[in-house]
Amino acid sequence: MQLEAKNIGFRYHQNPWLFRNFSLTLNSGEILGLKGQSGCGKTTLARILAGYEKTLEGRIELGGAPLPKVGYRAVQLVFQHPEKSVNPRWHMRDILQEGWQPDDELLARFGIQQDWLSRWPNELSGGELQRFCVVRALSPETKFLIADEMTAMLDAITQAQIWQAILELAKERDLGILVVSHEKELVKRVCDRVIELDSVHLERNSFIS
Amino acid sequence: MTIEYNPDDFKSTEIGPGYKSLLEVSDLSVSFVQYQKGLRQRVLKVISNLDISLGSGEILAVVGSSGSGKSLLAHAILGILPNNAICSGKILYKNELLTPERQKKIRGSEITLVPQSVNFLDPLMRVSAQVRTAVRQGNPEEAQKKIFRRYDLSEGVGNQYPFQLSGGMARRVLISAAVINGSKLIIADEPTPGLHPEIVTETLNHLRELTDEGCGVMLITHDISTALQVADKIAVFYAGTTIEITPAADFHGQGQALRHPYTKALWQSLPQNDFTPIPGFQPLPANFSEGCLFAPRCGKITSECTGSLPVMQDLRSGKVRCHHAT
Repeated sequence: MQLEAKNIGFRYHQNPWLFRNFSLTLNSGEILGLKGQSGCGKTTLARILAGYEKTLEGRIELGGAPLPKVGYRAVQLVFQHPEKSVNPRWHMRDILQEGWQPDDELLARFGIQQDWLSRWPNELSGGELQRFCVVRALSPETKFLIADEMTAMLDAITQAQIWQAILELAKERDLGILVVSHEKELVKRVCDRVIELDSVHLERNSFIS
Repeated sequence: MTIEYNPDDFKSTEIGPGYKSLLEVSDLSVSFVQYQKGLRQRVLKVISNLDISLGSGEILAVVGSSGSGKSLLAHAILGILPNNAICSGKILYKNELLTPERQKKIRGSEITLVPQSVNFLDPLMRVSAQVRTAVRQGNPEEAQKKIFRRYDLSEGVGNQYPFQLSGGMARRVLISAAVINGSKLIIADEPTPGLHPEIVTETLNHLRELTDEGCGVMLITHDISTALQVADKIAVFYAGTTIEITPAADFHGQGQALRHPYTKALWQSLPQNDFTPIPGFQPLPANFSEGCLFAPRCGKITSECTGSLPVMQDLRSGKVRCHHAT
């Protein structure tokens, strides 16, 4: 299966185009890195690929068809700030099980303790919350994961723990992953190939290394 | 247009002899009084027996994961902890006790904070006007213009609102507001998250410049690679205390020069090294035990470790809190 962006273009209101004529193909089982200056539209691109935002030009295709509008989303996005992506008035158990019911084995692989499930989000640290955000996005129906600076706020050990668990799962399930990150070393370590989103040279945006 | 400025204008006044140690924190503990059910209270200790020292001309990086107490340390030094916090231990600034009255007097002038992000600026105020409000002495407008010239911020930038600034410019505005009163001790709390590598380097260079002029900088970060780019000394935090203080140069190779098992694990888990994590997680303050707080995750655990918190000991030009330090 492939997740494809075909000649997409986007801008907010009447602001200059963030990118135009940009294409990208992410294959199942592939781990692709996305680099670019701050403010060049990486997060916007991630949102478009996951269906949070509609592209203004071109189209997004999943397995040759447009992104489905109903049902479980096979393209899941994990954000940079876990504190901002969980409902502060829900218990962790409800947050975790909103989309699907992860089993204990998966929780253990991501180091989630059973007694965390009865806590409130403000009782856990950023690293602990992010594990929940990753697991809740990883239902068996998920085919592609978009990690938008997923571990930028976490310490090195937690970062390695989360990535090792994800990489292992990606191999088992043939997941495709887009890694949006500033961290050169992380991208070098986990990605099969890397593309650059370069807002200064719009022409080069269609170029894939 | 050429911008003229005389570097001497910005030199901090000389820190007299005897201030080799600008800041000294010893045996600091911070607890919070919290309500549980109804009127029942509990006292939650979040920082225990913490020691660090910082000399002038030095960058000390405080490295630890979220919840390790890094930011609370900064707040304790500035005296801006919330009312339900109980502080014990000693903080010396220029060899004199830093009392609440003294903190109030010198924070914002002698001791200053570089905050994390542009969100700390007033969104409805032009940045030049905001920076002027920070000036304690002399003509605010002149001082602001001078400091903007130093940080290469044009008058056009000064007339903008915070949301219009790029990441790098916002960073320079925050630094200029912090150092405009010629502070000697600069505490930078996570000044570089989510920034492009070039902007990170630029920010770190600005901090380095300040130490070259005799300031002391405390750089608080969760990112060890950022810390290593610029710091002289690294203090590693874990579960509310310092577990190791080491020269930055000891982070090399397989981490053989490092002293504490956690520091070694932290170094090994970087993507440029092994990328292999140790299992487990940092305990929450409510679950802090009597003994070494890293013991449950440590490969070298013995009965000694669970009994009492190891004391800080000197080891090879650094300090470590571990019975099995090597």
